[in-house]
Amino acid sequence: MADEPLIYENQFNVQGGNFNDAGKVASHIKAILKGFGIPSEAVRKTALVAYESEINIVSYARKGVIHLRLARDQVVIETIDEGLGIADIELAMQEGYSTATDKIREMGFGAGMGLANIRNFSDIFQISSEPGKGTSLKMIIKWRP
Amino acid sequence: MILLEIKDLLDAEVLVGENQMDMEVKTAFGADLMSDVLAFAQSGSLLLTGLTNPQVIRTADVLDIAAIIIVRGKRPSPDTVQLAGDLGIPILVTRFILFETAGRLYQAGIRGCLVKVDGSVHGHG
Repeated sequence: MADEPLIYENQFNVQGGNFNDAGKVASHIKAILKGFGIPSEAVRKTALVAYESEINIVSYARKGVIHLRLARDQVVIETIDEGLGIADIELAMQEGYSTATDKIREMGFGAGMGLANIRNFSDIFQISSEPGKGTSLKMIIKWRP
Repeated sequence: MILLEIKDLLDAEVLVGENQMDMEVKTAFGADLMSDVLAFAQSGSLLLTGLTNPQVIRTADVLDIAAIIIVRGKRPSPDTVQLAGDLGIPILVTRFILFETAGRLYQAGIRGCLVKVDGSVHGHG
């Protein structure tokens, strides 16, 4: 991974609490990957994990950054936010567990599926968090070049 | 079926995409939970939902959903309509409830984009 040359790299800022724009970065990432001719199933998985991550930053953080790194046979999405963080990661990963507000639920999220979806659609998924500081996610999606 | 036939079948109003009514669709997915739409809906399908906020359009865009059918006669906000227009995603509004909308589409030959989810049935707690 470390030695693999990158085809493309970019990063996008996400503002916490800005529910109107939630999903904008994911749409942008999807368009970039399509432009590179990445297989559609990998584009779909990447856009999905980017979108759920973006919703999480908007919902639970003051601000965050989504990094996109594209290689020949995989894409890496890494998110780093400054926000509430997660005290019990194992609990937060459980389908159905949520601390979402009404505002988040009104958008059609907050049913405790976000992190589970992110894990299920990633080939490699890593999460780390410090309560009161923030959460970092790393997702890798692979395909056959 | 093409969108124009679906519009007639559901007695629907077209809010966005009047010029895309010749688009052909074969499958659909219905839910109000966007995380489930993300997990299960397939590209090229119709999305049946009762939600009307801009996240419905973002979700449809991320998945390359063919068109959105808003059920129960709900009116999306101008923001939502504008975003759908910008992204080229048709919106139809029907006054039929979700069950009736799905039934009518199924009877006319539209099928679920997946029939069953994998794994066993499980609950929480």
